[in-house]
Amino acid sequence: MTEIGLGHYLTLGAVIFSIGVIGIFLNRKNIIVILMSIELILLAVNINLVSFSIYLGDLTGQVFTLFILTVAAAEAAIGLAIIVVYYRNAGTIRVEEIDKLKG
Amino acid sequence: MVAHAIFFYVFSIIAVISAIMVTVSKNTVHSVFFLILDFISISCLFIMIGAEFLGMIMLIVYVGAVAVLFLFVVMMLNVAQQKNQWFNSESTTSSHIPVGLIISTIIFFELIIVVGGWKYKPELSNPNTTQSSNEISNTHSLGQVLYTDYIHIFQISGMILLIAMIGAIVLTFRRREGLKTQSYLRQISRERSEGIEVLEVQSNKGVKIDD
Repeated sequence: MTEIGLGHYLTLGAVIFSIGVIGIFLNRKNIIVILMSIELILLAVNINLVSFSIYLGDLTGQVFTLFILTVAAAEAAIGLAIIVVYYRNAGTIRVEEIDKLKG
Repeated sequence: MVAHAIFFYVFSIIAVISAIMVTVSKNTVHSVFFLILDFISISCLFIMIGAEFLGMIMLIVYVGAVAVLFLFVVMMLNVAQQKNQWFNSESTTSSHIPVGLIISTIIFFELIIVVGGWKYKPELSNPNTTQSSNEISNTHSLGQVLYTDYIHIFQISGMILLIAMIGAIVLTFRRREGLKTQSYLRQISRERSEGIEVLEVQSNKGVKIDD
């Protein structure tokens, strides 16, 4: 219990990943919360990469975490820009009312 | 080691609770605040585990840039007070809820199985010790790897950031009508003939210019 190993960090990553997936599926409110859930999922991936990198003594995981940070920042910027444009055109970003593509 | 355990449990419990609050919070602004709390506690975990450069970068990039961007958009779009309706039963789309719960629990148990396999088969881990001795800090060794072996990926990530910036500007840019701006092309391509006009002024009559 007092010995914190790799399994503890991986379990934390798994819990946060699952919460992010739940947040994507259960969200009925607006699309920004879905973007935040995607950020949570990327955070869980970062936790896994960093903990493997530390416990295996290999720096490659931390390098890839840096690249994931970059891609996550770009994704957040583009996604929020798309949301702003959509709100300007349609007047709403509620999840049920976004059905222009009839998917 | 006990202190490590205590800090790990404190930060991870804060992280999990705030991650739950991000998804179930009624107010979107509160969701952003809990997202910031989540990032801060995870970066404390990173600093504690020994990846201090990534913890600091996480604080700067996520808390300083991404979360503030989220907060800015939430406040600009005025969607903070929309009601949370994911317990709403008369909605026909409420069949998403059991599907989402099932899929996420399946993913969670798959990940736990992976962790268990890791724990009971420790010889699968093949630690190669490229990470060096203690007198080189984490930031130093990361920089040594990042600017030599991964320099091309590093530059490609810079290109991704540039493209994201250009894309965000192009998406949200809007040309307004009736705005008096300075046009350099019209200024420098102006001719003398269209600028002034020489008139013959007759005495006692003056000049009348219709415009």
